[in-house]
Amino acid sequence: MDTLVLLTLTGLGLGALYFLIASGLALIFGLMDVLNFAHGAFLTVSVYAAWRTAETVGGMPGLLLAAVVGTLTGLLLAAVVELVLVRRLYGRVKEQILVTVGLSLAVPALVQTVWGADARPFPVPDALSGTVGVLGARVPVNRFLLVAVALLVLAGIHLFLSRTRYGLIVRAGVEDRAMVTALGIDVTRAFTLVFALGGALAGLAGVLGGLYFGSLSPHQGTSLLVFAFVVVIIGGLVSITSVALSALTVGLVQQYANYYAGGYGDLAVVVLLAAVVLSRPAAGTGSPLTRLRRALTAPRTRSAGGTA
Amino acid sequence: MTVPPILRVEALDVDIAGSRILTGVTFEVPASGVTALLGRNGVGKTTTIRAVLGLLPDGGRVTAGRVTFAGDDITHEPTHRTVRRGIGYAPEGRGVFAGLTVAENLALAERPGHEHRYDLVHDLFPELAARRDQRAGTLSGGQQQMVALARTLLNDNTLVVVDEPTKGLAPRVVTEAAEVLERAAERVPLLLVEQNLAVVRRLARSAVVLDAGRVVHTGDARDLLADTSRTTALLGVGSRTDHGAA
Repeated sequence: MDTLVLLTLTGLGLGALYFLIASGLALIFGLMDVLNFAHGAFLTVSVYAAWRTAETVGGMPGLLLAAVVGTLTGLLLAAVVELVLVRRLYGRVKEQILVTVGLSLAVPALVQTVWGADARPFPVPDALSGTVGVLGARVPVNRFLLVAVALLVLAGIHLFLSRTRYGLIVRAGVEDRAMVTALGIDVTRAFTLVFALGGALAGLAGVLGGLYFGSLSPHQGTSLLVFAFVVVIIGGLVSITSVALSALTVGLVQQYANYYAGGYGDLAVVVLLAAVVLSRPAAGTGSPLTRLRRALTAPRTRSAGGTA
Repeated sequence: MTVPPILRVEALDVDIAGSRILTGVTFEVPASGVTALLGRNGVGKTTTIRAVLGLLPDGGRVTAGRVTFAGDDITHEPTHRTVRRGIGYAPEGRGVFAGLTVAENLALAERPGHEHRYDLVHDLFPELAARRDQRAGTLSGGQQQMVALARTLLNDNTLVVVDEPTKGLAPRVVTEAAEVLERAAERVPLLLVEQNLAVVRRLARSAVVLDAGRVVHTGDARDLLADTSRTTALLGVGSRTDHGAA
């Protein structure tokens, strides 16, 4: 029982981390059709900036300041990358992938040349390094912090999307970007905003990841990004809540499988991904199997609507 | 006409994905009344409108010619800037945001610096006030068209561009839409793409006919529609002229 409790709360903490990274990815992809492979690089730079801050200041104030510095670093880095590079490449998928993958390789390499390839311990204040007894399990305090922050972020994104004009533009832009511009709205501003917001969340995730793992390394961002992509695909870009539920599921499956299936947590996540993708009906057309069957049996009908 | 036209399209060439879609398209939209853009399916009507608004699909571009709106060159201007000059646009397929409520669809169309004519919109479409919290995707086709038209009338535009507003609507709803367009045309000039010639006859003052990406006729709309042989030759629908309600 106590193992299960510990695994569950750890899985929730990990899920919280995935959610913070994946929510930015999902917003960016949903609005701009950009697969941002550089998202992990934002996280890496942010966590190093946060680490320097936490080391320099020390203690709980150091961590709080580190969280602010980390978030702002992610925000600024993402805004600059959007304004300088991604902005020129909207609608050019191959170039976008080359540029963001390039950044995802170059930035960690740069970090590695400055601070070395080895993992560094992330300073965790005493207040957050202890454990709490829950149903007989000793659960690290930071797990609760991660979950609480993720819930706050979920509520914040929800309020942003449902209550603000920019949120309205983002929701409409996810549906039909061209129509948003045809209403006289400069959608590129929403792009920069969403990219920067995603970067800020990645930066925050970096700081919380530092707490969760107790360490940081140049490739932390990239390895977390892989799972964040899995979360986005499983969540299906339906809503920010679906991303949250998906993150939770991936975090839990990974933890349970790591313990009960002899360390095969990563594999279990991939199996889950495959199962979800193969069973999902694609945009109202039924599962791949159904579509295949239909293609083999029904005669092809061409759509009648010619566009002039 | 003593008043200069609100929109002038001059010798416009448009390529999409390497093939020529429009060649030397030239016409004017007077500053009042309804101008109908006519032609068979696939002759370039929607492309013309999209070129005017800077909304060509990926791979599409204006290779020659000029579009001026109220005297200003808008040929290569970003869409949002063109629209902010005072153009309302209801696209083919209506372009409503299905996941957003009616009220949110309208709020999105509010342009800063304009007075928002909710009084007019709710007078023309009382149903939209009643359904303000309903998701636009759950509305009927006719109701969605009302949302699309309401968005163009919410700001004090100097031109409203409407692409196939009656397409796919039931005859009774076509009549309703035509009534709304008629009332809208009292306030603002309309550039209307329409296949339903009964609607065109009822609304349009001037007509521009496209064929295979070229303008083949411009002139008075009623004269054109009264001439059955020319209507048949240009639009291939002479026998269908009186089909459909309006």
